[in-house]
Amino acid sequence: MSIDKNIFKATWAYADAPESTDHIKIKKQYELFIDGKFVAPSKKKYFDTINPSTQKKIASIAEASSEDVDKAVAAANKAFKSWSKLSGKERGKYIFRIARLIQERAREFAVIESLDGGKPIRESRDIDIPLAANHFFYYAGWADKLEYAFPNRNVQPVGVAGQIIPWNFPLLMAAWKIAPALATGNTVVLKPAETTSLTALKLAEIIEESGLPKGVVNIVTGAGETGAAIVNHPDVDKIAFTGSTGVGKYIKKATAGTSKKLTLELGGKGANIIFEDAAIDQAVEGIVNAIFFNQGHVCCAGSRLFVQESVADVVVEKLKSRMETLIIGDPLDKNTDIGAINSAKQLKTINEYIKIGLNEGGEIYQPKCNLPKEGNWCAPTLFLNVSQSHRIVQEEIFGPVLTVQTFRTIDEVVEKANNTPFGLSAGVWTQKGSKIFNLTQRLKAGVVWGNTFNKFDPTSPFGGYKESGFGREGGMHGLRGYVKFD
Amino acid sequence: MYIGGKFPRTESGRYYAVNDKKGNFIANMCLGSRKDFRNAVVIARKAQKSWAGTTAMNKGQILYRIAEMLEGRRAQFVAELITQGESEKDANLEVDTAIDRLVYYAGWSDKYQQFFSSVNPVSSAHFNFSCLEPVGIIAMIASENQGLLGLVSIIAPAIVGGNTVIVLASESKPMTAISFAEALNSSDVPGGVVNIITGNRSELFSHMASHMDVNTILYCGQDDKMMTEINELASNNLKRTIFHKKHDWLAADCESPYMIEKTQEVKTTWHPTKV
Repeated sequence: MSIDKNIFKATWAYADAPESTDHIKIKKQYELFIDGKFVAPSKKKYFDTINPSTQKKIASIAEASSEDVDKAVAAANKAFKSWSKLSGKERGKYIFRIARLIQERAREFAVIESLDGGKPIRESRDIDIPLAANHFFYYAGWADKLEYAFPNRNVQPVGVAGQIIPWNFPLLMAAWKIAPALATGNTVVLKPAETTSLTALKLAEIIEESGLPKGVVNIVTGAGETGAAIVNHPDVDKIAFTGSTGVGKYIKKATAGTSKKLTLELGGKGANIIFEDAAIDQAVEGIVNAIFFNQGHVCCAGSRLFVQESVADVVVEKLKSRMETLIIGDPLDKNTDIGAINSAKQLKTINEYIKIGLNEGGEIYQPKCNLPKEGNWCAPTLFLNVSQSHRIVQEEIFGPVLTVQTFRTIDEVVEKANNTPFGLSAGVWTQKGSKIFNLTQRLKAGVVWGNTFNKFDPTSPFGGYKESGFGREGGMHGLRGYVKFD
Repeated sequence: MYIGGKFPRTESGRYYAVNDKKGNFIANMCLGSRKDFRNAVVIARKAQKSWAGTTAMNKGQILYRIAEMLEGRRAQFVAELITQGESEKDANLEVDTAIDRLVYYAGWSDKYQQFFSSVNPVSSAHFNFSCLEPVGIIAMIASENQGLLGLVSIIAPAIVGGNTVIVLASESKPMTAISFAEALNSSDVPGGVVNIITGNRSELFSHMASHMDVNTILYCGQDDKMMTEINELASNNLKRTIFHKKHDWLAADCESPYMIEKTQEVKTTWHPTKV
């Protein structure tokens, strides 16, 4: 079957459709949010946050030293005494209010998220920000109902939660961390990723506005050292981390001799499996969404494609054609499908992996597209002719790079899909019901999508098997990491 | 020892003598080696898939059968516990509690899933549910105190949840562990589901905590240094760690569906509902 690729290259082009930025307010400099106030960092050090699509500086961000982390933890500890005693009903009201305030300023949040992180405005507007607000709404309602989540147990908060989040879904990850912690009566010291601090600091403004008692949520910005100061702080009772498996292992080791409670949401190398009896066009859309959503900066991305041999040619052909139509460019343009790579450092990592893939004999395919001259960009990339032993098949790339393998039988593909230290996500595409459930039961992953991919919801528990971490976020199960039983 | 449904001696050929409180010789036990443990992991991995696939009803029946076998050999277990240093009263109570505990978890086999699972009302046209799946293989360092009850209390919730286990028995009170293995062996528990090794904690714990094909390490005891090391070693493949610091396994809170939950993963499945 041959497809005329030119039919997608229509004679008309998309006109620019940029989201306006004039309604957003970004300060020149951001301070730390400790004990209900914005305070300068003790060492007066600041770092730049960069717009990855232009490489231009947006603002200066305070760098929290270990002294600043001490202050934040002390404030959280002090606030814990009264916050944990407050009735669930009252706690819930504050969380509801935060949710509402995010909704009211959703547009501003969406634009800043795309400016600071490089993700397409369509995604920050329709996915990140609404989901973040909904997450607060969801957990607000749990605050006075915890005894129904854990029958026969007297539920107590853990204490001060140190929370470290990544740069791929900045505000959403902050919501995933803060909302359940507050609902269960914990107080928080949160560190956003150093390349995407802005929406967390905007959230701090909202928290201040909401009247949440001071010290209940503290936000300290900085890089790895700030994170390490939180992890190793003796007065932190719980660590919740989302990020790489390497750092996750370090945290597990670093907290070994302590009584800190730990939840880790780490890397992945999700298998996306297409059977010959799948609805092929839908599956192709699913493949694109699985790997190119958010530039592939998704821990649960479907980065390993497995196509049944009998349909491999047609699926790959259609996929290539579809990739030709993807629009890469200005994150603030509403037409954009693939935005900027989050940082120059991450772009370097991705390019190194592409080089590794080529050196290992992989056959590369990238659509013809004009990447902007300034900024961090990576064309959507396929690798054919790869096998299980290739590094690009085994290791998490965290970019828009998809490896394609084929299979013949169910047993073979289950074996291949599970043959990885990771276990975060997987996808299965087939029109046969029993095959869906056969596969979803046998795939060793915390989230399995049947005939869909990369869907998220506050009510839906998310988290990994094996080296993708432990603990769940979202849903009733997401409360578990923030409570202890008497 | 008890590995893969058989009673082999340690490949190392080593043994150690177990004495009673007064220092009188009771028996020679295998001094299990690292290689014995590694062999047991391979066997436990093979057994896990089909054990997890056994119906909940069937797993419950098998656990109930273990309780029956234990009750049938009640006198033997009481006598062994007394030999290992317990009073007659304590020995009777321990055996009775162990039998009850097996019956308790037998009953949970087809219920805990309903208790911990959920259908999640997502805001899109998808059917979405979360249920429990066994974590896989659990390496266990059993309580040093209660040679029978300490063992039953950690094995029962793990296997009723579809896991397979390799247990290092109490070093000073290992005989009841091997007698318990005989009860298991005559209870329709498939070979490899429960594997029991005897030997030295300080020699074996690091191998148990660092093995790359073990999913969870469970430790019973009060040695903080050993727990720290287990935690550190477990980071190499992000094993889940479970620590039980309790001395006394008779307490009522040692029976709980939350003990099963600790040995489980949550899997969430999505499917569109729009045609």
